[in-house]
Amino acid sequence: MSVAILRQGDYLIASIQSDLTDREVVELRDDLAQRVGSSRARGIIVDVTAMDVIDSFVARALRAMAITSSLRGARTVIVGIQPDVAIALAHFNLDLAPLHAALDLEEGHAVLDRLLQGVAKDGG
Amino acid sequence: MAGDVRIAIAADADLVRARAEARAIALGLGFSKTDATLIATAISEIARNILVHAGDGEIVLEAIAGDERQGLRVVARDGGPGIRDLETALRDGGSGRGGLGLGLPGARRLMDEFDVVCELDSGTVVTMTKWRIRSSLERLQARRSRHG
Repeated sequence: MSVAILRQGDYLIASIQSDLTDREVVELRDDLAQRVGSSRARGIIVDVTAMDVIDSFVARALRAMAITSSLRGARTVIVGIQPDVAIALAHFNLDLAPLHAALDLEEGHAVLDRLLQGVAKDGG
Repeated sequence: MAGDVRIAIAADADLVRARAEARAIALGLGFSKTDATLIATAISEIARNILVHAGDGEIVLEAIAGDERQGLRVVARDGGPGIRDLETALRDGGSGRGGLGLGLPGARRLMDEFDVVCELDSGTVVTMTKWRIRSSLERLQARRSRHG
């Protein structure tokens, strides 16, 4: 399997293990949208460290994942974007504003903790 | 790289292969890790273009050795319907089918040279090149090997 998804407390961690086909990227998006409900996750971390190339299609799919999961009540953070991949993505006229990113898993956890604290405060 | 490398594009999985091969070949030609990633990203975009608009086609990678610089030329060919409005397709968000049309303009910015020739109903040829300056040591070695 190219993506390992495991649950850690309130969070789902999706670790992409290798480059994905377009179909696999779309399947991951759909799978995560389902799992937010079945595992009642409040946050998702997508680890893309293993991806040497992220093109505009994959970037848009990651963005769609973040928007989809937020409509299901969970926040998404992308971690592990390689420096070269970040440089390549900056060449596209992509609106990645809805996407939260962090350097690594640990930072990703911290970002989710902060985002969800904000939600709790807004709600109370 | 010995001779041209041809990559057939006909399915989803071919994009994965094209990205990996492009990156390995660029690194083999002495391009930096960053440039290899930019090249592989541009190739991924035009390979997807082939898949979405034409169904199938091929990508040919070719090393161009100059005295001062080393190039990697990418030629992508398909037998699809061609691009009706090239100017629009090269603009961000221009072409609508299969995406938001960010691929072609993105690929153009990722490479040093970029050219599209398309004839309606006989397909599209995208030619793009990335260059790197060769170091003086490299130039010396190349000259020596040429002169025996």
